[in-house]
Amino acid sequence: MTATTTHDAHSLRELRPAGQAYRAAFIGLLGRDMYLLRKSVRVFLLRTLIQPLLLVFVFTYVFPKTGQSVGGSSGASRFSTQLVAGVMGLAIVFQGIQAVALPLVQEFGVSREIEDRVLAPLPTWMVGLQKIVTGLLQGLLGACLVFPIAALVPATPVHLNIHWAVLLTLAPIAGWVAGALGLVLGTKVKPFQVPLLFSLIVLPLTFLGCTYFPWQDLGRVAWLKWAVLANPVVYMTEGFRAALVGGIPHMPLYAIYGALIGFGALFTWIGVTGFENRVVT
Amino acid sequence: MADAIIRAQGLTKIYSGGPSPDVVAVDDIDLEIHSGEIYGLLGPNGAGKSTTIGMLTTRVIPTRGSIQIGGVDLVARPALAKQLIGVVPQTNTLDRAMTVFENLEFHGRYFGMSAKHAKALAAELVQRVRLVERSSASVMALSGGMAQRLMVARAIMHRPQVLFLDEPTAGLDPQSRIALWEILGDLHDDGQTILLTTHYMEEADEFCDRVAIMDHGHILALDTPAQLKASIGAGRIVIVSAAGDLPALADALVKGVDGAHQARVVDGRIHLSVDDSTGLLPRIIDAAEAAGASVNDLSVTEPTLESVFINLTGKDLRE
Repeated sequence: MTATTTHDAHSLRELRPAGQAYRAAFIGLLGRDMYLLRKSVRVFLLRTLIQPLLLVFVFTYVFPKTGQSVGGSSGASRFSTQLVAGVMGLAIVFQGIQAVALPLVQEFGVSREIEDRVLAPLPTWMVGLQKIVTGLLQGLLGACLVFPIAALVPATPVHLNIHWAVLLTLAPIAGWVAGALGLVLGTKVKPFQVPLLFSLIVLPLTFLGCTYFPWQDLGRVAWLKWAVLANPVVYMTEGFRAALVGGIPHMPLYAIYGALIGFGALFTWIGVTGFENRVVT
Repeated sequence: MADAIIRAQGLTKIYSGGPSPDVVAVDDIDLEIHSGEIYGLLGPNGAGKSTTIGMLTTRVIPTRGSIQIGGVDLVARPALAKQLIGVVPQTNTLDRAMTVFENLEFHGRYFGMSAKHAKALAAELVQRVRLVERSSASVMALSGGMAQRLMVARAIMHRPQVLFLDEPTAGLDPQSRIALWEILGDLHDDGQTILLTTHYMEEADEFCDRVAIMDHGHILALDTPAQLKASIGAGRIVIVSAAGDLPALADALVKGVDGAHQARVVDGRIHLSVDDSTGLLPRIIDAAEAAGASVNDLSVTEPTLESVFINLTGKDLRE
């Protein structure tokens, strides 16, 4: 054994005040997630970029070049423009799933390492909250990476018209909703259900999230127009439409912000209480 | 008497809800763990040991009862109390995405250490638990024994007032067990208070200062291993294998053998508590034959904690 003076079990550390300890633990846990992100930056880039790159490349480069019509009568340029917002929404939602839900499913169901994470000196619900913040930060990072692809790859011009006030408030709110959704899924889904998570939740969320079409264009499919309102991704993509592009109709801002904040609060509540119930019996 | 670091009173955990009937996992137990001691909870699987550790480490909310740990009300302020406890759980909960060193470094960060301090302490701890060569290896590459030692290092890194270990040697090979006990012994020498659960009576006997014997959610006995063994009041235990009606034979042996004071049928054999005297075995064989049974085998042992457990519950510790 190594004799030490710095690590002597007798010299117990003094109990630190709750607030100080909670803050340090929260930042420590967040630091862990960010450290791992840095460590696996290539994997992060691949999983973030490949899907939007293919999407934008096929729909807005290959299709117009091959003379196929996407985007209805209004033309390829309009489609490319409105797809920018859809791709941003997708990037953020995927980060919520990949940065929060999938690791949590593993940590709860396979490695059980979450049991150690919740022994960090902070309330258990704050460990859940920290995961949402991880999802938020990675979502924002994902959106920043994807934006140039959506704006530069299309063969037809993309008409950007950036409203900074909307963009800078909407992006973090969208990231919060995605992170909180990730926490809900991460605490409810068992490892063997992961394939179902994709087919039953992720695909409907993204295909019916007004990513490929503005919500107002659904007027001719009225039942769908109302049904998709239950999908939080709709408000993200509509919000990015309001924030980024010109000449495409979008939902009123109060509806976008109201719905996103409502979904964020609901998912946070379900996610955090679900998290606590799973680790404390 | 040393100061109590943990004081739990009336601790009860009832699992209810769902279609199955309520399960009383821990039933109204009191605990007092003294500073610097190794305290063992010994009992078979399902005795309530892990639930007890779960309650003492904030993972299980007691249905009733109070827990004071280092002066903090653990039930009311679990998040604050986590600063005072170090936990080595039954399963490997190391951070799979990180190396050995990083596991310790980030644990230090969770507990508010600066990066520099956490790194210095991590370097010291990998040495202490003999994992220096594995420092930069992924924790996925560790053997069970190495992972267990790393979890001990992690659990003591923030200098907890109490180190909890839930079945620390279960599933380890003999060599890893010895290595782990060496580390725990060193910690004990440094004054670390340790509470552990085990169903290995030899370990409880050899390493624990005090042992609480648990079964069905109750603490049946609590004392030093020597006192517990002395409590049987027997110099020797004779284990009798015989054919025939064993309960009847057990009665016959207690009545017919001079110096025998108790017999229990456990696992198809009779455990006979006897005074340490000469000429005992022929007397047992004679008494058995007089009762119409034929003895197949006799073995004589010193009383162990297992004998204490059998004495208290009428069954042995093995599942």
